[in-house]
Amino acid sequence: MRKHFFGDTAVLLGRSLRHITRSLDTIITTTIMPIAFMLLFVYVFGGAINSGSDSYVTYLLPGILIITIASGISYTAFRLFLDMKSGIFERFQSMPIARSSVLWAHVLTSLVANLISLAVVVLVALVMGFRSGAGVLAWLAVAGILILFTLALTWIAVIPGLSAKSADGASAFAYPLIILPFVSSAFVPTHTMPGPVRAFAEHQPVTSVVNAIRDLFTQQPVGTDIWIALAWCVGILIVAYIFAMVIYRRRIS
Amino acid sequence: MIASRYTSYAYIGNKVLEMTTKVAQLAVRPRTTPEPGAGTAEQRHRSRRGQRTVMKVRTDMQTTANRVQGPAIHVKGLEKSYKKLEVLRGVDFDVARGSIFALLGSNGAGKTTVVKILSTLLKADAGTASVDGFDVATHAAAVRESISLTGQFAAVDEILSGRENLVLVAQLRHVRYPGTIAEDLLDRFSLTDAAARKVSTYSGGMRRRLDIAMSLIGNPQVIFLDEPTAGLDPQARIEVWRAVKELAEHGTTVLLTTQYLDEAEQLADRIAILHDGRIIVNGTLTELQQLLPPAKVEYVEKQPTLEDVFLAIVGDDGLDGDARSDPASARTTKE
Repeated sequence: MRKHFFGDTAVLLGRSLRHITRSLDTIITTTIMPIAFMLLFVYVFGGAINSGSDSYVTYLLPGILIITIASGISYTAFRLFLDMKSGIFERFQSMPIARSSVLWAHVLTSLVANLISLAVVVLVALVMGFRSGAGVLAWLAVAGILILFTLALTWIAVIPGLSAKSADGASAFAYPLIILPFVSSAFVPTHTMPGPVRAFAEHQPVTSVVNAIRDLFTQQPVGTDIWIALAWCVGILIVAYIFAMVIYRRRIS
Repeated sequence: MIASRYTSYAYIGNKVLEMTTKVAQLAVRPRTTPEPGAGTAEQRHRSRRGQRTVMKVRTDMQTTANRVQGPAIHVKGLEKSYKKLEVLRGVDFDVARGSIFALLGSNGAGKTTVVKILSTLLKADAGTASVDGFDVATHAAAVRESISLTGQFAAVDEILSGRENLVLVAQLRHVRYPGTIAEDLLDRFSLTDAAARKVSTYSGGMRRRLDIAMSLIGNPQVIFLDEPTAGLDPQARIEVWRAVKELAEHGTTVLLTTQYLDEAEQLADRIAILHDGRIIVNGTLTELQQLLPPAKVEYVEKQPTLEDVFLAIVGDDGLDGDARSDPASARTTKE
C-alpha cells in the first residue's frame, strides 16, 4: 500500500482543505483570540509595560503568533475527533489505501490552516504599526520556526483528537498551551518576574521560540536562543509523534 | 409488538421445554456447511407449507456454489474481549458467495465487533476469519481490497456534497474515471438532484443511500452493512432494503447486522443469531421457523414470525418457563 501514500495523502488533504475553505469561520475564530490579546496588550496594558523596545506591537507579535498556533491546533484535534466519531475514519481505514495517509492529511491540513491564520494575524499587526526590517532569509527563518512549532503542537493535538470522548475534551487540551506564552518573555521581559516564576519562564519552550523570532524580526544576532528553540520544537515533535502513533496503532489494530 | 409477543408466548406456551431441547441440539451441531441431507428435508418442508419457494431455490444454488468456490466469509472460533468483558466467545459461521447473510442480535451482542474484525479494524483474541479467501489477520491489505464497510452511523462527509463524497472514495480506491462512476451511482440511488448539495442537508434515508453507494465503488466482493436501517423511517428502510437486494442480485456478498427481525426476514438468505458471544442458531428463515412446533391448533392462524423465534430462543434469563407458561395457561382457560 506504500506506493499510494502520497496520492492518498493528497486526495485526503484536498478533502480537509475543502472543509477549511467551506467553513472559513473556523480560521477566523482561531485568529480572533490572538488579535484580541494583541489589541488589549498594545492599546490597554501596553502603555504601562516597559518592554525596553520602541514599538510594543513589534515586541509582542512573536508571542501572539505562538498563541495563534496554540488556538489553531485545537481545531486540528476537533476535526480529527469529528472524523473518528462520524465513522468516516473507520471507513477510510477499511479501504485499500495507505492507512497512515489519513493522519498525515490531518497534520498537513493543520499546517495549512495555521499558516493562513498566522498570515491574518501578521496583517493585523502591520495595520497596528508592526514594522520589521528583516530580510528574506530572516523571514524564511521565522517561517521555518513557526512551521516546526506548528508541527510539534499538531502532533500533540493528534493525541486528544484520537482519544477524546467528547468534542469539548478534544479541544480543551489547547488551553494550557494558550496560557503558556503569558509565563514567558512574550508579553514582558522575564527579568521583571519573581525568582521561581522567572526560572520557569526562562526555561520553557515559548521563551526561546519567542526570543528567536523577536531577534530575527529586529535584526539582532539570534545567539543560542534559536538552537534552544529548534531543540525544543524537534524534541516536542518527536515525543508527541511517538505518543500519537502509539494511540493511533491502538485505535486501528 | 408487545401484543404480538404475548400472543406468541401464548402460542408457544407449554411447548417451551420441547423447543429449548431442540435449540440446544441445534446449537451443538456444527453448522459450517449445509449438510447434504438438508436439501431434501427442506423440500419436504416446502411441499408441506408451499411457500417461500423462491428463497429455497436460491439456497440450493448457494449450497452448490459453496462447494465449488468456498465461502465468501469464513469465521471459526472467533473470540474477543474488551478488558474483562467477553464479547465473542467462539463465533463460527460461513457466508456463501452472492448471498445475503443476516447477523441478528440484541444491542451489545457483539455484532459490530464481528464486523470490525472482518473489516480489519479490530484484531481478534483467538480464532480465524477469512474474507474472499484472505485471512483478516495476516492478509489485511488483501481483505481491504475485497470488502467495503458501511458502518453503524452513515460514514459520509457532511461538508462535502454527495458527488464529492463519491468522487473522494473513487479516488481513494484508485478506480478510473471517478467522475463517471459518481454520476452512475448518483443516478442508481436517485441522488442526482441532490448531488451538488452538502450532505448535511440530506435526510437520513438519502444519507444511507449515499453511504451504500460509496461502498459499491470499486466493486468489492463482500459488503458489510452494520445496522443499515438503524434510525430510519419505514419509507427509507424500504429504500435501503431495495438497494441491498439489488446488490445481491449483482452477485455481491452481503453480511448485514440488524436488530430488526423483519429486516432479516425480508432480506436474508441465511440468518444467524448471535447471543452471549456465540452463534446459537444459523439457518434459513424456514429452518428457523421449524425450531418452533408447527401450528397444530386450528385457532392459531399466525405462523411464528422470526421475532417469535428470536425471542423464544434467546430468552430472557430468569424468565424462562414460568413467566411464559402463564399467558399460555390463561389462554387455555379462556377456551
